[in-house]
Amino acid sequence: MTTHVISLVSIGAHPTSGRPRRAEQDARAVELGLQLAGDNLQVLHAGDIAEPTLRAYLGMGLAQLHVLEQPAGADALPVLGDYLRDAGAQVVLTGSQAETGEGSGMLPFLLAEQLGWPLIVGLAQVESIDSGVAHVLQALPRGQRRRLKVRLPFLATVDNAGPKPRQSAYGPAQRGLLQEHDVQVVDDELFTGAVLQPAKPRPKRLKVIKAKSGADRMKAATAKASGGGGQVLKGIGPEAGADAILKLLIEEGVVR
Amino acid sequence: MSDIIRRDPRAEWIARNRLHPLHAAMQPEQHSWMGPNGILRKNVHGIGFIGPNGIKRIDRSGAQQGGATKRTAAVQVQLPLHQVPAPAFYINVVPDMVGGRLSSHDRDLLGLARQLAGSDGAVLAVVFGEHKESAFDTAGVDRLLVLDGHEFDGYSPEQRVHGLRAVDNLFNPRHWLLPDSRNGGGELGRRFAASLKERPATRVWQIKGNECIGRAGAGREDLARALPRLILAAVECADPVSDTRHEVLPVELSTTLARSLPRIEDLGAVTVDPGAIPMAEAEFIFSGGNGVKDWDLFHQTAAALGATEGASRVAVDDGFMARDRQVGASGIWVTARVYVAVGISGAIQHLQGIGACDKVVAINLDPGCDMIKRADLSVIGDSAEILRALIAAVQAHRNGAKRDAA
Repeated sequence: MTTHVISLVSIGAHPTSGRPRRAEQDARAVELGLQLAGDNLQVLHAGDIAEPTLRAYLGMGLAQLHVLEQPAGADALPVLGDYLRDAGAQVVLTGSQAETGEGSGMLPFLLAEQLGWPLIVGLAQVESIDSGVAHVLQALPRGQRRRLKVRLPFLATVDNAGPKPRQSAYGPAQRGLLQEHDVQVVDDELFTGAVLQPAKPRPKRLKVIKAKSGADRMKAATAKASGGGGQVLKGIGPEAGADAILKLLIEEGVVR
Repeated sequence: MSDIIRRDPRAEWIARNRLHPLHAAMQPEQHSWMGPNGILRKNVHGIGFIGPNGIKRIDRSGAQQGGATKRTAAVQVQLPLHQVPAPAFYINVVPDMVGGRLSSHDRDLLGLARQLAGSDGAVLAVVFGEHKESAFDTAGVDRLLVLDGHEFDGYSPEQRVHGLRAVDNLFNPRHWLLPDSRNGGGELGRRFAASLKERPATRVWQIKGNECIGRAGAGREDLARALPRLILAAVECADPVSDTRHEVLPVELSTTLARSLPRIEDLGAVTVDPGAIPMAEAEFIFSGGNGVKDWDLFHQTAAALGATEGASRVAVDDGFMARDRQVGASGIWVTARVYVAVGISGAIQHLQGIGACDKVVAINLDPGCDMIKRADLSVIGDSAEILRALIAAVQAHRNGAKRDAA
């Protein structure tokens, strides 16, 4: 029995040129979906069907891509929620944040809330799916992993710890089928009060020295980096020293 | 020796009493005397004393007596205490507390909360589980709510959202502030927003009046919008609190939390090959330098501790470690939480590379080297013996833990 997996994709933007491309994290979600479900993977997009970049996903070896057609600036959340409620998926994969528009990363959280499904953040690998229960690995910062047990169906976001997406090939991209679904368009109310503007470079934080006297300022300008006087263990045996180090490592939680 | 400047009445009395046997020793140093050629010589450096601010003071009134004892002290500045006896409103902050302590991101966030709270509001920090932080007062926390309980142990986002909702009902804060970080804050904030049905402002880096600006999309655009109730703020969103001390009054949650069955079960951390973790983001680095003579033992120790290996430039140049393991200005700038330096004396280029590390442990023969000055814990001794003892201690610790579990 294969799992029914749906990957949600969006249109990305190249970080330097801003040209449309397949979104990096969404491509990873498709790759993970392909590894999980193979040819049974269903890929879903809410937006404009005429966007040529959508074919970049088809070029990853998909036969077809479902598109819930809506204009730019429409709210994708209700249409995706309605579609997923009836689609009967067991696993829904998304990128963790869009590369265009608001990009707040809220969509998977709101979808999970709407559907009442559990949500895994930062899915790195699915270890097993067995009788309605999945064991998955979650990516943590600093390259760490955590094993989680979750009941199907669930939603998961994929970030840069996910599997590297395969290349998109031109031939399959042209042969693939874009399947259109008509949905009711709901406008997003965010842009009535908010403005998108080109990103301003963040000001670099200045090192402010709050010294009261010239002697303090001189000290602040010339002092070497120092931890402010640590504990120095001198003239003790190697065992005692090793115990002190191990105690600190256990306290910090790096040795388990 | 105490840092407080004290008068010594006895020494002053001896200096006044010409009949006392110690009278001569207690006289202030002579500053001018007749030289051998009949020229008056002066020692201008001996005059006066260093005052409490580090400035030399010269007392010409003749009252300065009691010997040439140096009177210096590093004065401990007590910051003014900011009190909010009856807060008009609350600004709630949920810090990440990585490793049980406030991170720099958390401090920035508390600084932002302080700005939003002004003089009438109180900053309420909500902390899950135990913490090791002792500097909540200087970070700007007026009220501290510790949500303790084993349901918040480990990875428990759904339970934490329940806890935050209970806090929300009780205090009804004007704003919720969470760090938009990968250490849990970004996830918890978004879950909480979805559960409150609030639209949060994410990756906020500036708040001006009633407007906030956050990064949008992949960082090529900014989104300027009205300030919402829930704010997920980016790193360096504001300056941390530095001028005031705060009360850190503990508050309690009067309601009991509703228990719910967790839908996600935490099965614990998975051991990852420490060598496969990129050095720049490794959490625990075990680094060797010129003082390491037995490199096999060094590798064994790193494996026993489960640490990522690093090296100083000398060790790399001598061919004991690969070039991509070099820590420092011309190597990798590491961000480890714990950095163990074995036989590294601490050249300035190396110390720059470990500037972002939290705890530094040094094992070295030379007690005067710069690494010891930087380190939080230093052990002076032969590295080979200490490493052998460390391997034995780790194995004993692991076996002991296994025996306890069985």
